[in-house]
Amino acid sequence: MQHSTIIEAKAINKSFHDPITIPILKDINLSVNKGEFTSIVGKSGCGKSTLLYILSTMDTDYEGELLIDGISMKGKKEQDLARVRNEKIGFVFQFHYLLNEFTVLQNVMLPGLKLNKYSEQELEHRAMEHLRKLGIENQALKSATQLSGGEKQRVAIARALINDPLIIMGDEPTGNLDKKNTEVVFEIFQQLATEYHQALLIVTHDPSFASRTNRIIEMEDGRIIKS
Amino acid sequence: MNTKLIFRIAKSLLLARWRQTLVAAVGVTFSITMFITLLGFMNGLNDLLDSLILNRTPHVRLFNEIKATKHQPIDLSGRFKAYHNFIKSIKPSGNSTEIRNNGLIMQALQKDDRVLGISPKMTAQVFYNVGEIDITGVVNGIDVEAESKLFFFQDYVTEGSYLDLKNVPNSIILGKGAAEKMLAKIGDVIQITTPKGERFPLKVVGFFQSGIIEIDKVQSYASIKTAQKLLGVTNSYVTDIQVKLKDMTLAPTLSKEYAHIFNSDAEDIQTANSQFETGSSIRTLISYAVGITLLIVAGFGIYNILNMMIYEKMDTIAILKATGFSGKDVNRIFITIALSIGFFGGITGLLCGFLLSSVIDQIPFNTAALPTVSTYPINYNLKFYFIGISFSLITTYFAGLFPARKASKIDPVDIIRGK
Repeated sequence: MQHSTIIEAKAINKSFHDPITIPILKDINLSVNKGEFTSIVGKSGCGKSTLLYILSTMDTDYEGELLIDGISMKGKKEQDLARVRNEKIGFVFQFHYLLNEFTVLQNVMLPGLKLNKYSEQELEHRAMEHLRKLGIENQALKSATQLSGGEKQRVAIARALINDPLIIMGDEPTGNLDKKNTEVVFEIFQQLATEYHQALLIVTHDPSFASRTNRIIEMEDGRIIKS
Repeated sequence: MNTKLIFRIAKSLLLARWRQTLVAAVGVTFSITMFITLLGFMNGLNDLLDSLILNRTPHVRLFNEIKATKHQPIDLSGRFKAYHNFIKSIKPSGNSTEIRNNGLIMQALQKDDRVLGISPKMTAQVFYNVGEIDITGVVNGIDVEAESKLFFFQDYVTEGSYLDLKNVPNSIILGKGAAEKMLAKIGDVIQITTPKGERFPLKVVGFFQSGIIEIDKVQSYASIKTAQKLLGVTNSYVTDIQVKLKDMTLAPTLSKEYAHIFNSDAEDIQTANSQFETGSSIRTLISYAVGITLLIVAGFGIYNILNMMIYEKMDTIAILKATGFSGKDVNRIFITIALSIGFFGGITGLLCGFLLSSVIDQIPFNTAALPTVSTYPINYNLKFYFIGISFSLITTYFAGLFPARKASKIDPVDIIRGK
């Protein structure tokens, strides 16, 4: 159980300083363990997305300490943080952010090519596996623009999975989807959590979505009020 | 592998906006084309004009000028030793244009490693007898073989054979202008009067055209032996020793050295023809300035297009950064985009420049003043092509530098949260 804690946040504070100092996050202490399907809920503006971006290493303007896989992220260079994101974190955003210039398969492979751990053939094989798992393998060679909204989001999930990340982070991943597709995406997440013991940290304001996750972190005014 | 990936992303971004890319590349192509053509043409012209004078001019010319003696009586006075004296009364005396001891001087010069070759020469003032009137003229006595080898004499002989000058005794090659005045044809015998009043018949074996009409009206050539006979002097009489050096830039120092050693006057090519060098260098400067201006304009075009591309591709940049591409990677992607526009535009430009140059090279260009050319001159020096492609890469690199830096600084959180 040495590495059971994936992300640990210690006393994280963040404020916006323009034009006057407004605290956004106050004394956040949080840890996410392996295989945990966690959701962060709270009202709009409570700081839940801000927290997610700090945990994802993309936002570095905070006080406190962040440990990912037992390693402190404080004072790391931009290039090293990019490497951490590439290797250990998968992202699913509200908007799919697929590159229109590439095919679906290439979009999924892109972070893997960057990591450069597997050969291109092997990576292609792995990407196809993920697409198959998500039921969209027959769309692999289409351009990203030719897909429906739900399919695009599934491609984004496949892209998040390609480097076998420690955790998948989602910022309102179902926010743009209709009820049916929301259901599909949720089922995928749940399947990942139960069958593959994939850790997930999802920010959402959909209470029905949150209620079906293993663990709910509730936030209000920059504080965690329940976790 | 990472480089390959960056090339792949750059390529797909380029192709996604292929029309803009094409416009940017065409800008570079156009400027490189004009750069190559302009420099090729300008330098072709420079070479032509230079060769007109420089090929025919010795790098160092040794001669004896008729001048007042250096040591005037006032210098002998002890009282004025420390003064600058300008009272001069002793006039030049004696026929001093002959280079004394020229045989030994030539031997010494031929042993000098820095000398490519020498050609002795003597000039004789004569009158061409045309019917009732006499026209002043100059007969240059030359060593035909040395003159052809070092100063391309044969190129300027437009009719007849230059070797006949050596082979036919008492022969002359007339300047085209002089020949026209005298109505002389090849094979005719013309009469000339020497400064000492003797008449001398010479057989015309050819015409020459120097490209400078005034010279052609006056000058003609004979072998040095014929010229010596004209003046009635011994066969060691030489008025000029023309020296061609291996390295022309040494001429000013060597001319001073020779003047000192051989106790004669010496003139170097740089002093004799300084105006030509100035003209050439200014023409070259202008062509470079125009070429670089064109490239800078093209560079601004690339800058604009890259900036626009960055605004359009904010999402792409954001997700690349979110999924693990560092700012440096993004920077490299955009620099690669800029450089590939420069590279492909530049290569096409070199090709178009070469083609346009070859077209200009075919345009007829006939002028009486330039007997050796029939089309516009072009210089195909590889140096221009090398400079062209380097400039295009450097300009596009700088054009890409700021947009690429901007792209690398984009904060993915701002973009993603802004949605």
